[in-house]
Amino acid sequence: MTAAARPKIPLLLLVTIAAGLGALVLVALGHSAAERNLILLCLLLPVAARAGLRLGGSGTGLVVLGAASVAALGWLVWTMPAARAGFTPAFWLLVLGAWTLGWQTCAALSAARPRGLALQRLVGVAVPLLFGAWLLLFWELACRGFAIPQVLLPAPSQVWARILSDWPTLLADFRQTFLQSVLIGYAIGCGSGFLAALAIDRVPFLKRGLLPVGNLVSALPIVGVAPIMVMWFGFDWPSKAAVVVIMTFFPMLVNTIAGLDAAGRMERDLMRTYAASHGQALTKLRLPAAMPFVFNALKINSTLALIGAIVAEFFGTPTVGMGFRISTEVGRMAIDMVWAEIAVAALAGSLFYGFVSLVERLVTFWHPSFRAR
Amino acid sequence: MTAAAVNPVRAPRGTGWIMGHAVPVLAVLAAIVVVWYAGAIFLNTPVQRDMFARAGVTDYGFADLAAATLSQERPVLPAPHQVAADFWKWTFATAPTSKRSLVYHGWITLSSTLAGFIAGTLLGILIAVAVVHSRTLDKSLMPWVVASQTIPILALAPMIIVVLNAVGITGLMPKAAISTYLSFFPVAVGMVKGLRSPDVINLDLMRTYSATPAEVLWKLRLPSSVPFLFTSMKVAIAASLVGAIVGELPTGAVAGLGARLLAGSYYGQTVQIWSALVAASLLAAMLIAIVSLAEKLVLARMGVRP
Repeated sequence: MTAAARPKIPLLLLVTIAAGLGALVLVALGHSAAERNLILLCLLLPVAARAGLRLGGSGTGLVVLGAASVAALGWLVWTMPAARAGFTPAFWLLVLGAWTLGWQTCAALSAARPRGLALQRLVGVAVPLLFGAWLLLFWELACRGFAIPQVLLPAPSQVWARILSDWPTLLADFRQTFLQSVLIGYAIGCGSGFLAALAIDRVPFLKRGLLPVGNLVSALPIVGVAPIMVMWFGFDWPSKAAVVVIMTFFPMLVNTIAGLDAAGRMERDLMRTYAASHGQALTKLRLPAAMPFVFNALKINSTLALIGAIVAEFFGTPTVGMGFRISTEVGRMAIDMVWAEIAVAALAGSLFYGFVSLVERLVTFWHPSFRAR
Repeated sequence: MTAAAVNPVRAPRGTGWIMGHAVPVLAVLAAIVVVWYAGAIFLNTPVQRDMFARAGVTDYGFADLAAATLSQERPVLPAPHQVAADFWKWTFATAPTSKRSLVYHGWITLSSTLAGFIAGTLLGILIAVAVVHSRTLDKSLMPWVVASQTIPILALAPMIIVVLNAVGITGLMPKAAISTYLSFFPVAVGMVKGLRSPDVINLDLMRTYSATPAEVLWKLRLPSSVPFLFTSMKVAIAASLVGAIVGELPTGAVAGLGARLLAGSYYGQTVQIWSALVAASLLAAMLIAIVSLAEKLVLARMGVRP
């Protein structure tokens, strides 16, 4: 890495010292001793941890730093004032100190080179998790501290409360949109795209003609066919599945055609010397070689499918479905319900994508991008 | 994300550009038109039979039926020539300032697309530069940027529009915000790859020159990231257009191609929906062509030989 990649310690120290001085001023102005001690602890911890790390105790130092960081985070969540009045300058200083500690932890963890694959994975998950927790906390703090009206931006805690209280509705929407429109449309769209590519692959003339057209169509705003599909297939899930089919078909077609050409000339010549038939060459060489491309399309489509189904619901639905709920709850200004729906959609989308990636790992384990570093 | 970035299949040796690319593409397009006509006749037949029955016409042959299905007022599937005629009428035969002109609606969509695209590209480049220079950001922020690509961001569109409207921000800005949101991910991911694309040997050379990080960025990393930038910009501008169109849906069909789609679906004007779709597709193709042209010019200027 370049010199710029090193964490800038002097700047952090300056921030910490400035914050410490601020705390002292606050104490002089008459804040309670307990508050002062906690603030100082929070401000001094990063410095102490940093010093400890530099002295050499890397493994233990990291664990201590991580534990301190999580403890500070938890303590902040625990003591967070409910109303704007509770957000004194001392509290913001506390937040600043804890954030400095959190950032130091992230920096130390990313710079660490733990031995062993399991430890590396653990660190690889811990850093974004800590960062994400801080983002959520900042969101919550901003909503409470600046008294942002719920109509504009609900706090994560309000969204969570809404998820807990309205989960039957969310579940029904999830079933309608994800389990019916998305999954069925995704399966039909990807399957027919794949089969069409296999058929087209036999005709080079068609292949040369279809690839530019397919590439163009993949870039077009296909969601626009949603109103037409709603007219053709009615309000219920088949129209949404139809939109998903059209959206997922072309990426699959284009990627599979490109993937079928991915096998090397040498390997193909080898198949010829074996006098392999078209089918044998396809199943033993070209399809396995095409798998990275096919999975690329499957991953692109997993996102597209959810988008297509939700947007199609803006054009007319029965009174259930994620897109329907989002558009009606926006109209009623129940923004926390909208965020709850988005949280469910995000979770479903990520899990779907993660599942496809997992299958990809199992199928294309030989690909360079999955080899252990 | 890389849907639009698949390399074209090479034509066999000995065939020129015309036989290798133009003829096959034209053949495929002609086949699509033929299938479209067949579909229009097939899908419009039931309605047309009803119409004939109601009008008392009984002795009609296939030719009459086919001709009638291709000239309905509100067909289930309009024929290509109907769409073309409608598109022509509202694009070229109408004053661009008229509220019914497709040029007017297209311009509104285009302006928010471009505003969002430019903001999104800049934001993406900024994030990529920060991520490349800070190991901590790379480890903590980048996973979230990647994960956020897997969530249906477009679902946020109506909320962003309505909420920004509630604060008093209307018009171009909310739609551009959605376009920005959609277009900065591809640019950020592509640029992180691009800024990391210089070889170690080149980076080492910069070290021997004792170049500062800023100098390495300007003289080595940015120039070598340009091909990646253009590839991701092509994806970003397509996403940006989709964002602008979807952003126009919840505003109650005021203006823009998305509003045309919504109005068409409210009033059952299928021909209008299709011509708005054609306009949106032409806009997308044009935008991508412009980015590709800029890519060719810039890369040629930078000395890249094809």
